Amino acid sequence: MNEIEISVRAPIGQFVLVADTRISATGVTALFGRSGSGKTSPLRWVAGLQKAERGRLVVNGEVWEDNSRGIFVPPHRRGVGFVFQESALLPHLNVWGNLRYALRRAPSANNMDMIIERLGIRTLLHHAPHQLSGGERQRVAIARSLLIQPRILLLDEPLSALDQQGKEEILPFLELVKQESQVPILYVSHAIEEVRRFANSLLAFDGGRVSGPLPLEAIYVKNGQPSS
Amino acid sequence: MGDLSLLLTPVWLTVKLASVTTLILLLLGTPVAWWLAKSRSRWRPTVASLVAMPLVLPPTVLGFYLLLLLGPNGPVGSVTESFGIPRLPFSFTGLVIASVFYSLPFVVQPIQNAFETIGPRPFEIAATLRAGPWDRFFSVALPLARGGYFTAAVLGFAHTVGEFGVVLMIGGNIPGKTKVLSVAIYDHVEAMEYEAAHWLSGGMVAFSFLVLFLLQVFRKPIRISL
Repeated sequence: MNEIEISVRAPIGQFVLVADTRISATGVTALFGRSGSGKTSPLRWVAGLQKAERGRLVVNGEVWEDNSRGIFVPPHRRGVGFVFQESALLPHLNVWGNLRYALRRAPSANNMDMIIERLGIRTLLHHAPHQLSGGERQRVAIARSLLIQPRILLLDEPLSALDQQGKEEILPFLELVKQESQVPILYVSHAIEEVRRFANSLLAFDGGRVSGPLPLEAIYVKNGQPSS
Repeated sequence: MGDLSLLLTPVWLTVKLASVTTLILLLLGTPVAWWLAKSRSRWRPTVASLVAMPLVLPPTVLGFYLLLLLGPNGPVGSVTESFGIPRLPFSFTGLVIASVFYSLPFVVQPIQNAFETIGPRPFEIAATLRAGPWDRFFSVALPLARGGYFTAAVLGFAHTVGEFGVVLMIGGNIPGKTKVLSVAIYDHVEAMEYEAAHWLSGGMVAFSFLVLFLLQVFRKPIRISL
């Protein structure tokens, strides 16, 4: 039950997404591959933002997609917390409006104060998205994705649009989310250091083909670097 | 004072006509604009062309066919007549129907442009925040398109105020009922009443400038295209 079954073979975006794997529905699974290798498409498929012609996706025993049986659960019924790479906030709402958007649609009451506190965004509540730094925006997006009480958390290179300082600012929050959140996290990244710090297991991604799960050490072998 | 009320009756009628027409068009134009912005149907070019037709058709052509359509022997008129609905041509209702067609592109296109500029991302964000399709429309599409709605309302209103040919064809020239501003000006000129014509025409010049000035101030570019 506590696993995610991914089985897909379909063109999504510019790639043919091929994956056939089961990953643990606990902890952080990194989807690792070079930048520009289309790593976002599996996340978008898991979220239901893109359909696959041939695919089956089962999360914790719940069938989200199985085209052989004509099952497709639309994204708003899946309960996926999706943190987009950039422009992740609704532009017509301020920070509080963005959080409230999720709050109102959450299936049950939230411990919002704690989430706002943990992500350190209390002083930002009345700011518009364009008044925030990249790191602040991502923190709000992460908080918001937690507020809908997701059954899976999908992070699409949440750090890649940030400078080093922004990254250092976010990583502790991500580690906090990882420790406290009960839901599985799928984390797309091309940065070895991030993956090493943050992930529990690894899926390698290359030209649309997903392989794994692999142990974390595989990341070094794959890139021909000595393990440290 | 009798003169003044005579002068102002067409103004009031015009304001009423333009307001009702704009309101109907904002409601009716929204689903059309949404469909044109989102659809990849092969019917899309056809519908887009039909919506844009009033931009290029002589208003008299539009008025002529509407007259035939709505007249007591026309396909629409014969039906409404059999339901006991008062005759549509030469009535205020008939004017409203004609104006809706006449000003359609001026309302649909700004809203459509606004929907198109939103792009997919805000809708994807909303979907992952558990918002369903209708929820997304009201909580994302409408607020993000509000600039387009402002432009659409102003242009729809102003364009309806300026119609002449369609009104003449379908509404005639009944004082207090279908005699709108533009027709009244025409009548005044015909009767050599240049002073009255000056008041109304000068008012229109000022009004038109004000409308366009407002649009410029709010920096929403006017994009009307075929």
